[in-house]
Amino acid sequence: MVNEFKLPDVGEGLTEAELVSWHVKVGDQIKVNDVVCDIETAKSVVELPSPFAGYVQALLVQEGETVDVGTPIIRVGDTAGSGEDPDASAEKPAESAGAVVVEEEQPLTLVGSGPRTAAVARRPRFLAKPTARAAAREQGIDLADVTPARTDGVITTADLAGRHTAPTADRRRAYDVPAPVFTGRTTREPIKGVRKMMGQAMAASAFTVPHVTVWTTVDVTATMRRVEELKQDRAYDGVKVSPLLVLAQACVEALRRHPLLNALWDEDAQEVVLRHYVNLGIAAATPRGLIVPNIKDADLMGTPDLGRAIADLIGVAREGRTQPAEQQGGTFTISNIGPLGMEGGTPIINPGESAILCFGAIDKRPWVVSVDGEDRLAIRDVCTLSLSFDHRHIDGAAGSAFLADVAAQLG
Amino acid sequence: MAGLDQAGFVQLLTPTGERLEHPDYDFRGGPEEIRSLYRDMALVRRFDLEATALQRHGELGLWAPLAGQEAAQVGAGRSLRPQDYVFPTYREHGVAWCRGIDPLQVLSLFRGIDYGSWDPLETGFQLYTLVIGAQALHAVGYALGVQRDHAIGTGDPDRDTAVVAHFGDGATSQGDVNEAFVFAASYQAPVVFFCQNNQWAISEPLERQSRIPLYRRAEGFGFPGVQVDGNDVLAVRAVTEAALQRARDGGGPTLIEAYTYRMGAHTTTDDPTRYRLDDELEQWRQRDPLARAEAYLRTDDLADQAFFDDLDAEGDALGERLRAGVRAMAEPTAHQLFDRVNAEISEELAAQRDAFDAYLATFEGAAS
Repeated sequence: MVNEFKLPDVGEGLTEAELVSWHVKVGDQIKVNDVVCDIETAKSVVELPSPFAGYVQALLVQEGETVDVGTPIIRVGDTAGSGEDPDASAEKPAESAGAVVVEEEQPLTLVGSGPRTAAVARRPRFLAKPTARAAAREQGIDLADVTPARTDGVITTADLAGRHTAPTADRRRAYDVPAPVFTGRTTREPIKGVRKMMGQAMAASAFTVPHVTVWTTVDVTATMRRVEELKQDRAYDGVKVSPLLVLAQACVEALRRHPLLNALWDEDAQEVVLRHYVNLGIAAATPRGLIVPNIKDADLMGTPDLGRAIADLIGVAREGRTQPAEQQGGTFTISNIGPLGMEGGTPIINPGESAILCFGAIDKRPWVVSVDGEDRLAIRDVCTLSLSFDHRHIDGAAGSAFLADVAAQLG
Repeated sequence: MAGLDQAGFVQLLTPTGERLEHPDYDFRGGPEEIRSLYRDMALVRRFDLEATALQRHGELGLWAPLAGQEAAQVGAGRSLRPQDYVFPTYREHGVAWCRGIDPLQVLSLFRGIDYGSWDPLETGFQLYTLVIGAQALHAVGYALGVQRDHAIGTGDPDRDTAVVAHFGDGATSQGDVNEAFVFAASYQAPVVFFCQNNQWAISEPLERQSRIPLYRRAEGFGFPGVQVDGNDVLAVRAVTEAALQRARDGGGPTLIEAYTYRMGAHTTTDDPTRYRLDDELEQWRQRDPLARAEAYLRTDDLADQAFFDDLDAEGDALGERLRAGVRAMAEPTAHQLFDRVNAEISEELAAQRDAFDAYLATFEGAAS
C-alpha cells in the first residue's frame, strides 16, 4: 500500500506553506506521528508528523519550495522500493507536464510541481529571540537589516549591536550653518508657490484681523512626566508621544469650553460662526516654506489616534506631499516653535480661524514652588505659551480664559 | 514566578514526587486512587498528543492543546459527583474525559463535523464555549437554578449539587467573569470558579494582566480564593473537593486558581516561540504533572513496571482508535441544518430544504 501525505492547512484558512526542511530521506522507515518535515506558514514554523507508517518512497517537494495546501509532499509505502507501485514509478511523474526529476546522489527527489519561478508574496519573517525582537522594537531597528551571527539564522540581542539608528537629534549649534553663497549685489527671487500663499494669507490676516497676543509661562514638569508615562502605556505602542501631543489634546479640550476661539468671523454674512468640530492645524516648516495642514475632526479622536495623526501630518508635510485639501478648513492652529529654540512670539492667525497658539521651548528653569506652605526654589521644566486671537469677537478676558485653561491642563 | 503566592500555595506533592502535609487540605485516597488519577492523566496526555498530530495530518481544523494542564483538569474532573454540572472552555479535554465523554466526540467538534455531540444533561458537562469567559455567567445562572431547586444544603449526597465554571487567566480580565463573581457572591451561588492559570493568555503573559495573584481577587468580591499547585493532581483534587462540598452545603462560591503552565501552543494556529523563551518552558518541564506523579508512584512502590507498560499499551490502542475513528467520521449532511434546529419544521423551511437538496443534486457525485 502506498500513501501520499498532502500538505494540510495547519492554520486556519492558510492556502500554502514553504517546506523548510526534511527530517527523513527516501528509504527511511517511519512510524505514525514521526516528524517528517518542518513547514513554515504565514503564521508559524510547524513540524509535520506522518499520518502513515512504512518506508519513505519519495519526497515530492524540495526544501525551500512553497506549495499549495493539498499538494502531496511525501510518499510512504509498505516497502522501501518505489518501483512496485506503478503510480510511484519514476517515469510517470516525469511524463506529466511541469514535472522534474532531480537526481541527487542516492535519494531520488521527485519534484511534483517544479520550483516556482514567480516570487511568492509572503510576509517576510525573521527568526529572532523574543528578547532580540523586543530590543529591536525598542531601538527602532528593522530585523531585515540585521545579520544573524548564528548558523541557524536566529537573530540574538548581540546581533543588534552596531545597528543603532542614526542619532535622532541634530545638535549642531545655531551658527553652525553655512551662509549661502551669492554673486552680485542682489538676487531676485520670484514670489510664487508656497511663499506666495504664505504672503497673501499673512497679509490678509494681519491687516484685517485686529490681533491681540497674550502669553503665560507654565511649569510643565507634570506634562513631561505624563509623556514618559504614555510612552510606557501599551495603548500608545507605535505612537510618537511628545509634549506637542499633550498640548494638542489640551487645546482640543479647552476649545470645547471656549467655542469662540474655534469660531469663524464671517464678515460678509455679519455672523460669528461657532464650529462644533475642531480641525486642528499644525504649522509645519517644510523645504518649500510654511504650510499649515490640519487634522480633521481632531475632537473626535482619542489621544493615541491624535498622536498618530500629528506624526502623519508632520511626516507628509516634511516630504512635501501635503495636499491642498489638508490645508483647508482649519479651525485653530498650533505653532510649535520650541524646537527652533524660541520661547514665545506674536503669531499671525491663519485666515478663517480665530486664534493661534505658539508652543515655546521647554527648558529647565529656576522656579518658585510651594512646599508645605513654604516657598522654595526648584528646577522645573518650564515653557511659555503665546496666544494670538481675533479681538473683533474675542475680548482679552475670553482669550486669557482659554489660555489659562490650556496652561492648567499642562501644569 | 509571576503571581505565585508562596505563603498560601497548596501543594501536596513536590515536583520531585515527595508528599507534603497541609494544615487545611488533605488527599485521603489510597494507592489505587492515585494510580487511577495517574492513568487518567497519562491517557488524557496521549489523547491530546494524538489530537495535535491529527490536526497536523490535516484531519482536524484546529486543536487547543492541554499539555501541561493534565493534573489541574483530572484533579478537578475527578472531584465531581454525577449530579454536578460543569461549564468548560474549549480546552477542558481532561475534564471531558473524567465525565466519560468519548474523546471522539470532542474531536468531531474540532473536525467541524458538529458543534458538540455529547448530551450535557446526561454527562453534566456543558458543550464547549469558545467565547472567552462567557460560560462563567452561564455557570452562575445554572447555579442559581440549582439553588432554587433546593438542591443544596439538604445533606443528601446524591442531591446536593455544585456547579463548576472553568476559565483561564486571560478570562479573568473579561467583564463576564467579573460579573459572574458579583452575582455568585451576591446570591451565595453554589459555584466553584476553577481558573487554570496557565500563565499565557495566548501571547499575553500573566504579569500584564494582574498585579496581584489571581486567587486574591476573590476576596474583593467577598468569597474565598485559594491558590493550588495546578501540576499537583493530589492537591488539586483535595482543594476542588473541598470547594465543591462547600458549594453543595450552601456555603457559596469559591475561586480556585490552579497555578499551571500551557506547555504547548495556545492552539495549533499559534506559534509560542514568537513570544516566550525556551528557558521558561524548560523550567516548567521540571514541574511536569505526570513526571512528579510517576516519581511518587515509583519511589513509594505504589505501582510496578507492569502498570506503566500496560498504560503505554492502552495509550497506543487509544491513539489508533482515535486516528481510525476520526478518519471514519461521516461528513455532516446539509439536511442536519434543517433537521436539528427545529423540533417541527415549518412549511417555509421545508420548502427551503427541498430547494437546497435540489441545488446540491446538481453537483457531480453529490450526496445530500
